[in-house]
Amino acid sequence: MKIHEFQAKELLRAAGIAVLENQVCQSAEEASAAYDALGGEVAVVKAQIHAGGRGKGTLKENTDQHGVQLVRSRDEAAEVAERLLGSHLITLQTGESGQQVRQVLLEAGCAIARELYLGIVVDRAASSPVLMVSSAGGMEIEKVAAETPELIFREAFDRDAGLDAYQARKLAAALELAPGSVRSAVSFMQRLCRLFVAEDCSLVEINPLVVTEDGQLVALDAKMSFDDNALFRHKDIQELRDLDEEEPTEVRAGEAGLSFVKLDGNIGCLVNGAGLAMSTMDLIKLHGGEPANFLDVGGGANVEQVTEAFRILLSDHHVRADLVNIFGGIMRCTTIASALLEAYESVGFDVPLVVRLEGTEVAEGRKILEESGVDIITANDLTDAAQKVVAAAG
Amino acid sequence: MSILIGKETRVLCQGITGQAGEFHTRGCLEYGSQVVAGCTPGKGGQEVAGVPVFDTVSEAVAQTGVNATMIFVPAPFTADAILEALDAGIELIVAITEGVPVLDMVRVYEKVSGSDSVLIGPNCPGVITPEECKIGIMPGYIHRKGSVGVISRSGTLTYEAVWQLSNLGLGQSTCVGLGGDPIVGTSFVDLLRMFQQDDATEAILMMGEIGGTAEEEAAAVVAQEIDKPVAAFIAGRTAPPGKRMGHAGAIISGGKGTAEEKVAALEAAGIVVAESPADMGTAIKRAIEQA
Repeated sequence: MKIHEFQAKELLRAAGIAVLENQVCQSAEEASAAYDALGGEVAVVKAQIHAGGRGKGTLKENTDQHGVQLVRSRDEAAEVAERLLGSHLITLQTGESGQQVRQVLLEAGCAIARELYLGIVVDRAASSPVLMVSSAGGMEIEKVAAETPELIFREAFDRDAGLDAYQARKLAAALELAPGSVRSAVSFMQRLCRLFVAEDCSLVEINPLVVTEDGQLVALDAKMSFDDNALFRHKDIQELRDLDEEEPTEVRAGEAGLSFVKLDGNIGCLVNGAGLAMSTMDLIKLHGGEPANFLDVGGGANVEQVTEAFRILLSDHHVRADLVNIFGGIMRCTTIASALLEAYESVGFDVPLVVRLEGTEVAEGRKILEESGVDIITANDLTDAAQKVVAAAG
Repeated sequence: MSILIGKETRVLCQGITGQAGEFHTRGCLEYGSQVVAGCTPGKGGQEVAGVPVFDTVSEAVAQTGVNATMIFVPAPFTADAILEALDAGIELIVAITEGVPVLDMVRVYEKVSGSDSVLIGPNCPGVITPEECKIGIMPGYIHRKGSVGVISRSGTLTYEAVWQLSNLGLGQSTCVGLGGDPIVGTSFVDLLRMFQQDDATEAILMMGEIGGTAEEEAAAVVAQEIDKPVAAFIAGRTAPPGKRMGHAGAIISGGKGTAEEKVAALEAAGIVVAESPADMGTAIKRAIEQA
């Protein structure tokens, strides 16, 4: 689960990590009042959407307006906020339609001496959380990793003990921080690592992490995301979820216990199991089609889930044909066949449906489908299914 | 012979009084596995499917001599269940449960690494040595006894592969589902080495997917240490970056973990890679014929 920058900064502030003064605004009036309250000459207006790349991104409605802008008066703060609020910000991560800006953050300016990068993730290969820093702040870390990996420094740290002070000092030295900044850096890094573990984060990224002219480390930006599987023990974090930032059909699928990801193609797929669902998408592509989604109904899907899955598939008007691919393991093919028919009748299909069943009680399952008289195209194996659904989608 | 489990394996089920635990205990018993004990705290003394239930894993070990366990307890308690099994000295721990927090697994992984026990999973279908022992949720009847070792990060995709193998007349020595989470107890690398040592295994089929670098590490080990024929399939060539594809671990992040990188690494190691999921069975056949 992702949260907004302003929410992340509140969590940082509560953990004793340096962030700048700021206020969240939902109108131009609030923005000019916030400018006054911050009291400085310079302030920054920042669009609050979950996607990254906001500074380079521009509005769909006004391509001259970027998602982050420096302002020097209360009127300018109001004007920029006015343009951003309600408009759609297009960044490298949002896709072409952009993401609507519903709130902006007005933040005090600061005198920046250096811009650094800091990130924390759980390293899969090391099976451990890892703190990464780089002197190339403000740049995309993927780009730095690809082009100048020698500029990235890493320290794995113990989940329970946290980052040791010497590890933080090593990183500070690698970043060539001035002696006067080391104490600030150690405190910043140690507290952030503790926060990462305490809140079950999956990612914390401070980019840029700035060194101010008086040598202090401050989080100029903050991106945090959380392990969905650990949210049960963080009720306060759950409340920070912003459903407006998520794909509506993905939210709907999640509520039904389905795993769904929307794609750009025109062949819908409904599969049991994540690996088989991914493979089914690949199979469609291999035979010249384009998958419209990833949809995993899970190992033990019931009639309600299959029905809801069909409704979700059919709500996508780009879809020209659907493929159901089920390998019945513990789930019997007869159960799936009956669920399919029930869902088919209650939802009402207007595109061709190809069904491939295999596994437990497959003969009986196929018979149920055949004898129903419902207009379903049955397939004998994976290749047959792919060829039939690609042909049906035209 | 085979790896991890066989006829003599004595199995415990942690979470046996839950719906899934009871259902799959029955399934394993029907397959012929020796499930001889269950464990649910506070329910010691009961019986489920004719199997005695104990309050603690240590009691189950002391009284029934179990040496393997399958875990069905809910995700918030799975790490604790694994650590309890580890503490009781159980040699093989198979965690079926999906949705275990990653930082729980960081701690569990560290403890398991420093022990003699093997952890499979979490978020996996389990382990089966056909016609001898099944520990997990896979449909037993699709398997045939034979000499192909199967390793996979997925559930139903593994069933699909096993089905293709069995239909081609290629039986399996042991099939292992590693689990779809970012941190799992056992990797491709560990199992490739076990299959290399196993006399009953003549070829190895591995199913990977997007996310992480486990397949690349496996490729390096195949190139250096494995002289048996190996074939592979990688799921997720069409998966978009930054999106989790069902499994918590199936995500391309920061441009890393793509199917292309994995396929390239596997092919460079001389592994036969199936382009279509319909050709997993024929891929291992080709690998065997080439050898």
